[in-house]
This record gives sequence, structure tokens and C-alpha cells, in this order.
Amino acid sequence: MTELPASTQKKLGLVIDLDTCVGCHACVISCKGWNTENYGAPLSDTDAYGADPSGTFLNRVHSYEITPAEGPAQLVHFPKSCLHCEDAPCVTVCPTGASYKRQEDGIVLVNETACIGCGLCAWACPYGARELDALEGVMKKCTLCVDRIYNENLPEEDRQPACVRTCPAGARHFGDLGDPDSDVSKLVAERGGMDLMPEQGTKPVNKYLPPRPKQDRAEEFDILAPFLEPVAEDPKGFLGWLDKALERL
Amino acid sequence: MHPAPSVIIFTSFSGLGFGLLLFLGLGFPPVTGWVAFVFYAIAYALAVGGLLASTFHLGNPQRALKAFTQWKTSWLSREAWLSVMALLVMAVYAFCAVFLDTRLTAIGWIGAALSLLTVYSTSMIYGQLRTVPRWNQPLTPVHLLTLSIAGGALLAGQMTAAAALLALAAAVQVAHWQVGDSALKESGTNLATATGLGTPGNIRAFEPPHTGTNYLLKEFVHVVGRKHSRKLRMIALTLCYGLPVVLLIIPGAGHLLGLLAVLSHVAGLVTSRWLFFAEAEHVVGLYYGKRSA
Repeated sequence: MTELPASTQKKLGLVIDLDTCVGCHACVISCKGWNTENYGAPLSDTDAYGADPSGTFLNRVHSYEITPAEGPAQLVHFPKSCLHCEDAPCVTVCPTGASYKRQEDGIVLVNETACIGCGLCAWACPYGARELDALEGVMKKCTLCVDRIYNENLPEEDRQPACVRTCPAGARHFGDLGDPDSDVSKLVAERGGMDLMPEQGTKPVNKYLPPRPKQDRAEEFDILAPFLEPVAEDPKGFLGWLDKALERL
Repeated sequence: MHPAPSVIIFTSFSGLGFGLLLFLGLGFPPVTGWVAFVFYAIAYALAVGGLLASTFHLGNPQRALKAFTQWKTSWLSREAWLSVMALLVMAVYAFCAVFLDTRLTAIGWIGAALSLLTVYSTSMIYGQLRTVPRWNQPLTPVHLLTLSIAGGALLAGQMTAAAALLALAAAVQVAHWQVGDSALKESGTNLATATGLGTPGNIRAFEPPHTGTNYLLKEFVHVVGRKHSRKLRMIALTLCYGLPVVLLIIPGAGHLLGLLAVLSHVAGLVTSRWLFFAEAEHVVGLYYGKRSA
């Protein structure tokens, strides 16, 4: 029910590598596909081919531009889905008990047959991870593909969330973040994995790996560099005359 | 936040209705018989009408009864319980007052307390949300409670008390706006903490996830022009508090001026409540580059 478990046996979640993500949105599409065809109400679209298309997505990729004080500017693609928080505010606000966090693996789910569609859980989520489906009137969110990861009808390599399985860049990793020896936990330790909005006190399970610092390419030596020097900045002779003539025009 | 008419009507009118029930329960005015019938009819129309309006924004209202199950953690569930208990207790009190000419004082006090708690639980639905810093402040329940009590006094015809309570509610309203205006900034949540990237000022939303709109943008990213919000605040202050106080302190104010004061108060109340939602900044807007702080 909507009381959070004191602790969970596992902390299944995602580790998202912001250094590797190329912003192709393949995870968005595979998520939409799997979660429309499988568990729960399909993720509907309204006016999909009209003037004002809108739809339910459990995973969305933003892009941010960063201009540090020193070094080159960067564009960072930023996939965002439910972070399966340890202290999930979306669960405790639910009046019907439809929202719950599983004791066995920490996955936050919605029991759609108990959801009245009041939207309060989406209000309580700082990350925008929950969307009320416009056609079904029930709250939709990432299930961490709970119908894939334990599904023995699927080949073993497919028993991971659809977004992770499909990512062509290997920017998404799935595992138990409660186990310090798991691959994902090691990755987080090695790369300085971080929480989103830690000040909100949600204790998210999903971690984000920051982009590696980029070198300033302008300072690198290139054997072609001498040939790419700018043309004479202080022209003489014919060019000097042409320069002055053009300026007078 | 999206200022949904159903939620504005629900919180405004149920607040007024439970405010009136509070005064009736305490015996101000100590009415019985048909006069009492009219008072209770108004109070129940407002409180129940408001609660019914709240079901219009549900995706699946047919399952609304399930909302009574999670009172241990959910303020919304507590509100469901408290409102039903307040209405039932006050129904007993009202029945005896109207048809038996008896006022059961103890029942009235319990009903009044439950009415007050109902308004408090409504206010905590908003006040508990860390995601909306403007609401996540102790003044949010104080604001909604003082408004409800002042409105109740006005409807109950308690002229002197209403004038004083409206003045108090106005002061709380202004303080709530003042604190609210810097709440997002002071919450420490900004695009840099939201993404873990950069520092405030050197990170910018480059492009949103989709070319179209979505549920999040419609529900949480309502942006109200600062210029309009200033004007609307003045309108709300004048209609909700100022004008009713002036009308109430006119010596020998009769029913006509009283009615004018109520109409003005309701118009101002709805304006204030519209601003309560429209001005509230949900932190998810940061991801879309829609928040300046």
C-alpha cells in the first residue's frame, strides 16, 4: 500500500551515462512500443497526425547546452524516466493505494485498476516521471519493464528494460544499485554517479554519470595546422591595394 | 500549475461551506427551525457541491470510494474521511436544530472541529508538496484556514467577527504572496540541481523532448504574466477582503449590503484561488527551461 517499505531487498534501477548518450531517442521509441503492447493500459496518443499532437511517454530525452567558464561549450542529451526513489513522494500521497513500491526489488508501480486518476502523484514527483494517460484516465509511469526482467519466456539477453536493450550507444545500464558489488554500482563509484535534485529528499535509485571533461581541441597539435593558418591579416602589394579599394567603396 | 476550474471551484466553495458549518456548529448564529434550514441548505450546497466538483477532475471517478483507504499516509484520503465525518456529524446537529428545535451543543462542537480539520487537510494536500515551493510553506494552511473561517463568519452573518477575520485573512494572504514569490529561489532547486550539470547561469535548455506539448506541460507549466498577476492580486485583495470589510463596518448594514459583501467576497475568493494555482511553479518546469529561477 502507500506506506513505503522500510527497506527493499534489491534496489533495481538504471544508470544513465550522459557522456555516451547521443540523443537518438531510440530508448523513447522502444519504451513506448513495449509499454503500449504489453503490461497495463496502452500509452495513448491524441491528435497524432493532426495540428496538436500529444501523447503519453514514460521516458523523454531533453537536451541541454552548457557553457562553462573555461573550455568548450557542450550539448548534453538527457534521458529522463522514473528514478524509482527510495523515499518516493508519489507513493505516500496516493489516496487509493494504487501507487506502491515493491519490497522485493524497489520498483515503483501503479495498480491501474485502483487508480482514480486524481493526478496527485504526478504533482508530488519533482522529475515529471508520471503522466496521466489522456484516454485511460490512469497514471502511467516507468515499470522498469517488470514484465521483461523476470520474463522467462524471453531469451536471457532480452530480460532487461526495453530502453537498455535498445540503446545503440550503450548509455543505459540496468542492475541492482543496492548491491555494492554489482556492475552498475561499480560504474557509479568509478564515474561519480549523481542524484537528480538531491535537495528534494527523494533518494532516487537511478543514477546519472556526468559527461567526462572535454579537452580544449584548439590547443591540440595538428600536422596540417600550418596549412590552415588564416590568410594574411595585414595584406601588402596587390592584395593591400584591393583591400583598401574595397573598403573605400 | 494549471488552474483547473473544477479544483478552483472545489477548494473555494467547500472552504466557504465548511467555514459556515464551523460557525453554525459553534452556535453563531444560534438558529433553529426554518431559519436554520436555510443556513444549513447553503452550507451543504457549498460544501457538498465543492466536493462533487472535485470529482470532475478525476480520470476514473467511479473508483472514488477507494480514496478512503490510505488515510495513514495520504492527505487526500484524510480529507475524504474528515469531510464525510464533518458532514455526517453536522447533519445530526442540523436535523435536531431544524426539526426538533434543539441544539446539541457537544455535537455542534465536534462538527465544528471536524469542519476545521477538513479545511486543514485540504490545505495540506497543497502544503505538503516540496515540488511546488510556493505552496510548501507553513503559511499555506494558515492562508486557507483564515480564508475559510473569515468567509464562514461572513456567511453566518457575524458582522463584527467577519470584518476582523477578513482583515486577518488579508494580512495572511499578502504574507503568503510575499514568501511565495521567493520560495522557488530559496528552495535551492534549479536547472543545475535538476540535471546535475553545470552551475546556474551556464546551463540552458536547448530543446524539449518533443515538438508537441504533453501532460506535464499542460498540468504543471502554467506561466502567468507578472504584470497580470500584480493586477489580479489587487483585484483579489479588494474584492475578497477590502470591499466586504468596508460594507460590513457601515453602521446599520442590512441584508442588502451583507449580500453585496458576500458576492464581492466570492468573486475575490475565486480570483485569489485562481492565482494560488496559476502562480504556483512546479519544479518540473525547470527541465523544460520554463522557470527563470
